[in-house]
Amino acid sequence: MISLHFLFVIVLVVLGLSAVVFKRNMIKIVMGLNVIAGGVNLFLISMGYRQGAVAPIFTNAPDLLMVLPTPQALTLTAIVINLTVTALMLSFIIMLYKHYRSLDSFKRRLLG
Amino acid sequence: MTFLVEHGPAIAIAIPFLAAFTVPLVAKLGGRVRDGCVVLSLALTEFVVLMLAGDVLANGVRTYALGASVPSLTAPAGFPVRIILEVDAMSALISLVAMTIAFLASLFSLKLIPAKEGLGKFFALFLLLSAGMMGMCYTGDFFTLFVFFEIVSISSAGMISFFRSGESFEAAFKYMVISVTAGLFLLFGVGILYGNYGMLNMAAIAGEVAAGHSLLDVAAISLIASALLFKSGSFPVHMWKPDVFQEAPANVVVMILTSSLVGLYVLFRILFTVFGTVSTAVAGWLIVALGAVSIIVGVLMAMPQRNLRRMIGFVAIAEIGYVMLGVGTGLVSMQPVNAFGVNALSGGLFHIVNDALNMSLIFLAACAVAYITERRDLSGVGGLAHRSAPLAVFFLIGLLAISGIPPMNGFASKLMIFESVFFLNPLLSVIGITGSILMLAVFVKVFVALFLGTPYEGKLRKTPKTMLIPMFVLSVLIILLGLFAPFAVDTLITPAAQALLDPQAYIGGVI
Repeated sequence: MISLHFLFVIVLVVLGLSAVVFKRNMIKIVMGLNVIAGGVNLFLISMGYRQGAVAPIFTNAPDLLMVLPTPQALTLTAIVINLTVTALMLSFIIMLYKHYRSLDSFKRRLLG
Repeated sequence: MTFLVEHGPAIAIAIPFLAAFTVPLVAKLGGRVRDGCVVLSLALTEFVVLMLAGDVLANGVRTYALGASVPSLTAPAGFPVRIILEVDAMSALISLVAMTIAFLASLFSLKLIPAKEGLGKFFALFLLLSAGMMGMCYTGDFFTLFVFFEIVSISSAGMISFFRSGESFEAAFKYMVISVTAGLFLLFGVGILYGNYGMLNMAAIAGEVAAGHSLLDVAAISLIASALLFKSGSFPVHMWKPDVFQEAPANVVVMILTSSLVGLYVLFRILFTVFGTVSTAVAGWLIVALGAVSIIVGVLMAMPQRNLRRMIGFVAIAEIGYVMLGVGTGLVSMQPVNAFGVNALSGGLFHIVNDALNMSLIFLAACAVAYITERRDLSGVGGLAHRSAPLAVFFLIGLLAISGIPPMNGFASKLMIFESVFFLNPLLSVIGITGSILMLAVFVKVFVALFLGTPYEGKLRKTPKTMLIPMFVLSVLIILLGLFAPFAVDTLITPAAQALLDPQAYIGGVI
């Protein structure tokens, strides 16, 4: 039996990858990368999810199951890294647009 | 001294990190202070890495748990907690190569880049890249690997676009798209491993995998391996390499070349140590095939290139192919281990060292030529040997070493690869040797055009000492490694190959 969120992970990653590979607009490529990142983050979070569990804070915690803290730490780090990367790539696109006057990734000068 | 060795893994990562954030501030005091700070911090790191390598070769694996009361306290409750750094003979060798190249590249860069406003920030990125490479070498933990992987990507991309031309932004964007995709694949693979084993420590996961594995491991290993192959620029995703080589500043290109070799090291670490029992002959054959195609594609594409930097970029793809050919053969013949497999593995690892030295030397020599003639396009330049003999000698040493002519180091490692790959399939040796000969043809053509013929008549700048010293050191290392190849193999390479073949030592360091 496959859980529904893992299905969503696969859909998101495939959608993002297809955008990165097939889209010509550079901003859409960056969006595709973000969609992949969203899929991977969803995967990490859903791995640590336990139904009916509480947040992993031990102070005054009720005697229930806790969700796994490690995937949340991983996701947080991954989100921060992804934000940095997105900002950097968008700034590259701004500079590229200033030089080339186009967002089309096929209009390039480095060939072969 | 014992303090330095005991805390060595953490210190070797911490020094470049701290320096990266102090250099932009120190740069306000003037250029000399800034340069001194960069070179001094990298020299210190190099010293620590050397001490650590000596200790590891003598006493075996050294582990370091960050934040533990005692650094060796890796598994207080029977399972590993905290971020663990682990250094064995293999990672010590790679970190030694990476740090040596980083140190020499920093020396080379002092006079290379025209003094601009942002040089302090440029060196900050340079040091961050060094720290990221050190981290990738020493980490014993999958998630930390991902973080350092991204640090390497981000700092490299920032430096590739340093000259702010449209083409350099294009190269940086391309590098970034591929690196980010690779990083996300890596994270996905790490996530699968975490879901499967509930751990992130490489050694602990290796212990679990040895007990039994599932289909999920194969999915994870494919994702992680493809991510690291993206990063190292082997055949299917090699297209970023020539662009980066063409546009980035010379010292950055050398660093990116080294970081791609570090990526290959991490791949081998994961294939051999962590998944030694899963990665069967199929994985080995895949690596061998990709390596062989990389050689063919790299060399064939290098021949028609008119831009020298771009040409060297394609040759770098082929050189990565030789490493993969050697180590892949080692992987194919791992179960059961046989003599030619071990020889191929040692050859591949030896070629990592030689590739870093040779490609750096030839690229730095080419860029020094561009610097003294003050031209980016070298098409009309010729007869430089009459005016600048040292550069001609360095370029000649580099080209002989890359094409594997005795007595250079490239000959030693390529011979080890060819003679053992022959037992796997004679065709692979043929591909390798042909590639080597074609490389010689490509570079001799360039050498004749650049250095021989009627003396160069245009204005020439003096070659600064900070450029000559790194090239001299690289040439000396190349010749020494070539002349004393058996000694080098026995002291450095064989322990590294043994460390890859025997995962128990690595696992035992943690649990």
